Amino acid sequence: MANKISDETIEYVGILAKLKLSGEEKEKARADMEKMLDYIDTLNELDTEGVAPMCHIFPVNNVFREDEASRKDGSEETLANAPLRKDNYFKVPKTIG
Amino acid sequence: MDITSMTAVGLGKKIKAGELTAVEAVKGCLAQIDKVEKDVHSFVTIDREEALRRAEEVQKQIDEGILNSPLAGVPVAVKDNLCTDRMRTTCSSKILENFSPSYTAEAVRNLEKAGAVVIGKTNMDEFAMGSTTETSYFGVTRNPWNLNHVPGGSSGGSCAAVAAGESPFALGSDTGGSIRQPSSFCGVVGLKPTYGTVSRYGLIAYGSSLDQIGPIAKDVTDCAAILEAIAAHDPKDSTSIDRNAYQNAGTAGGEGQPAFGYDFMSALVNDVSGMRIGIPKDYFGDGLDAEVREKILAAVRILEECGAVAEEFDLSLVQYAIPAYYVIASAEASSNLSRFDGVKYGYRTQEDEGLHNMYKKTRSEGFGPEVKRRIMLGSFVLSSGYYEAYYLKALKTKALIKEAFDQAFARYDVIIAPAAPTTAPELGKSLSDPLKMYLGDIYTVSVNLAGLPGISIPVGKDRKGLPVGMQIIGNCFEENKIIRAAYTLEQKGGRIS
Repeated sequence: MANKISDETIEYVGILAKLKLSGEEKEKARADMEKMLDYIDTLNELDTEGVAPMCHIFPVNNVFREDEASRKDGSEETLANAPLRKDNYFKVPKTIG
Repeated sequence: MDITSMTAVGLGKKIKAGELTAVEAVKGCLAQIDKVEKDVHSFVTIDREEALRRAEEVQKQIDEGILNSPLAGVPVAVKDNLCTDRMRTTCSSKILENFSPSYTAEAVRNLEKAGAVVIGKTNMDEFAMGSTTETSYFGVTRNPWNLNHVPGGSSGGSCAAVAAGESPFALGSDTGGSIRQPSSFCGVVGLKPTYGTVSRYGLIAYGSSLDQIGPIAKDVTDCAAILEAIAAHDPKDSTSIDRNAYQNAGTAGGEGQPAFGYDFMSALVNDVSGMRIGIPKDYFGDGLDAEVREKILAAVRILEECGAVAEEFDLSLVQYAIPAYYVIASAEASSNLSRFDGVKYGYRTQEDEGLHNMYKKTRSEGFGPEVKRRIMLGSFVLSSGYYEAYYLKALKTKALIKEAFDQAFARYDVIIAPAAPTTAPELGKSLSDPLKMYLGDIYTVSVNLAGLPGISIPVGKDRKGLPVGMQIIGNCFEENKIIRAAYTLEQKGGRIS
């Protein structure tokens, strides 16, 4: 079964992935994805009827603790990594037109 | 004193005995780095001043008797996806080129508490996505055994640094074989622990349900000692397990058995009499290089001579591990890597028109091709309409693979497999066909899917002089069985690195 990825799907996945691909990159992404999906489709040979999907090997539970500060205020170190900042804020482009 | 051939524990003993200081150990590593780094390129960042300063501090604590762990004063190289306080941490990506974390990963902190001295951060495939260390933004790492070959990946820098004597030991991370495969290619010993054994706090996530941090070293003793230092239950990682609460593999509670715990050094026993070894037939068929097969089967015979009982068996589902793995790992990656958006840290595009445009441009300019490929695939398999057919199908396959291993471990103590189908390929031969590269992960990915521990140890060299590695896989929590088997084999065969 050969997978065909439409232009719309590549556009849509690009939006989900938050990636801006050039025309050439899109074609490459499409070809790569079709090839991988053809390969992934071998999973359809497996009968998984009634099998519960397994996310984690061990049971994962919420881990609760008292809301007490265990570290010093690291805001300055954190903000130091920001590509752009203004005072004690991260600076982003205009979000509302 | 030449420290380049010393093991971590061996070096630690000399430091403890006063034959050598921690500062001299760091200087020895830096001298070797000066000699070979231009050829091998294991490191992204080397912090000489900080390493020397820290070594002095550690030496003082050793002299005062405050520090007496086997790793006190021993230098270590850390994979560049583990956060280190105020030391650049890049994941070998342009998008994190200038990222300086404000805290240290728990595994590294545990090593520092034991007195190990971080000398630098090692090169890797970008965000640990790759099998050759060729997808790094900072250039390739070369295999110390033959500079025209890759070191493997994604922990290629860590393995090359140990093989080249630049660091006595290193930390790596393993999502689909990223410790075991490069260890095999570089002729070193690498161990991927049971999922949850080492805290992932401060490990920049790729596939969170699969990622584990583990030791890379010159011998099995080192691996056991390092694992003992880094493994601990950590409330800061909600998937961290408390091995003291487990008596039976996979299930909490037990029937009066001792808990698995955190004592790994006691497994360094030269004895495998009665140990049951399973050899999955499917792992030794077509696609496996003849020389690799021959070396591994020879090592199995040595274990048999030592009293182990080896038997071939059908593991089943082997061909489904890679497709299931790439669906799950890519899905998790697409989610984990959404945090890189040019706002809080890392690279940001110059083109700043509109928030969403900025996100997209930043990510498109900041990520390399392999990372984008996996984010695209992951976004696709998680998208509505495809989620069930791909992502859920892969999670169901994972459940079946886990079941197949459960059945195998009901009959065998350990499973022996290759770590990779071949020895290290030449540089520049792998990236052009991604699917082909993914197929090279056939012997390693199922171990991550099932959460199992696995160790890769050298068992010889091929005709080209490149190391051959063998993988010993254990049931969940049964690190001590694989350490024991690997240690016994090492005692008989010696080490090649």
